[in-house]
Amino acid sequence: MSEPKDFVAGVNSDSRKAPVRIAFVTRRSSPQVKVRDDGDTVMAFPEALFRGAVAIEVLALVLVTLSLAWNAPLEELADPLLTPNPAKAPWYFLGLQELLHYFPPVVAGVLIPGIVVMALIAIPYFRINIEAEGLWTRNRAQRLRIVTVVAALFTLFLLFFQVYVALVPTLFVAGLMLYSAREATAPGRFRRWLASKPLSFWIMSWFLLSSAVLTLVGTFFRGPGWSFVMPWSGQI
Amino acid sequence: MANSLDTHLANIRESRVWQSIFRSGPGGSNLHRALAIQQNVFLHLSAVKIRKKSLAFRVTWYLGTLSLGGLLILVVTGIPLMLYYHPSVPQAYADMKDLQSVVSAGVFLRNLHRWSAHAMVLLVFAHMFKVFYRGAYRPPREFNWVIGVILLIVTLLLSYTGYLLPWDQLAFWAITVGSNLLSSVPVLGPKVRFLMLGGNTVNANALLRFYVLHCAILPLAAATLVAIHFWRIRKDGGIYAGKGNAGKGQSQ
Repeated sequence: MSEPKDFVAGVNSDSRKAPVRIAFVTRRSSPQVKVRDDGDTVMAFPEALFRGAVAIEVLALVLVTLSLAWNAPLEELADPLLTPNPAKAPWYFLGLQELLHYFPPVVAGVLIPGIVVMALIAIPYFRINIEAEGLWTRNRAQRLRIVTVVAALFTLFLLFFQVYVALVPTLFVAGLMLYSAREATAPGRFRRWLASKPLSFWIMSWFLLSSAVLTLVGTFFRGPGWSFVMPWSGQI
Repeated sequence: MANSLDTHLANIRESRVWQSIFRSGPGGSNLHRALAIQQNVFLHLSAVKIRKKSLAFRVTWYLGTLSLGGLLILVVTGIPLMLYYHPSVPQAYADMKDLQSVVSAGVFLRNLHRWSAHAMVLLVFAHMFKVFYRGAYRPPREFNWVIGVILLIVTLLLSYTGYLLPWDQLAFWAITVGSNLLSSVPVLGPKVRFLMLGGNTVNANALLRFYVLHCAILPLAAATLVAIHFWRIRKDGGIYAGKGNAGKGQSQ
């Protein structure tokens, strides 16, 4: 029935010897230790697939409704000789176009987006982003000094270039940081939540808030000659 | 009625033709559910089993799934739009007018494509911030985060190249403003801009290049990267659902 086996179990095989067991003991707190705990699992088919399909169907319904209610814009035929005022990039670049109003093109159009992309790619490769330790849990006084000095210098920089649109979110985030650093006998839930946040949280939140404000201002509050107008003035 | 329909469906599933197409075969056991994923070239990007925790809405807000949904809607609406579109000046603009007045449901098709494009850019940004705030970029998922950043850039480029195609004032000047920024890159900027536009200004060559990028090169890049992105979720131990669940890379 079967073909002869092409190997023979050797008499001197190592399997007869007692196996040697080696245990590696690592500290539980070291970042290398990964606790594998799968918890409850469900079958991807149909559970996860079904949920995903429902999510996509809801999105499709919302977008179809939008498309029935509002028409996509279509202006006159492109005319290279007739420049509209203001000429605006797509909305997701209007934050950059807003910065272009304050800084030379090589800074607003090249340096800043380049740094942003580099920083985003680098996020998971820096230990400081992995540990997720509250910013004030260690070296509180020293860190407080550094944050205050950096925030003050950055504020002066933005004031010098009159970038009030970026100054407002910067001051807001810096204010929250200093608020979370203050020692209180019975801090509220919100302050304890803020105090547990690492440095990466603060930088990302500052980036998110600044880009949101810059984009909103660029989209809704900029009229002819990039002047500040109100969204209902009909000039954007 | 329903009963006989079920019987018919069961008969179809047990037929030789069905079984030759879907390798998993009929049956409702967990083994068959596992095979339904594992034996399908697209679905096997996902793991067979998924942690219950990671399916909760508050964990991901389903933003990754919704980004994929946006991409699917854009492909489905984009292909019929291609049938009515010539990437030439000034025919491109005339095609837009035809979509509005001649093509059945042309306005709806264009609206859906346009709003879905905006929605997808928003969803991809939201997905990135959500992944950051729940710490799902941490090892072993570092490289999937990097692929995600590249996918964000591809999404922006897809939207940007599509922006020019209607060839109206809005499209023309948005691309002019954007591409002028490229000129300020030292040394390489003007050369890259020339390559991108096929000239020194936004003209018919630029329209053709943006069309090819928008309909062929960038969608292929996006599809490939999305496949790797999904596959890496499985390889890196599934969707991150919170502390204590970090998980090592799976060997599946």
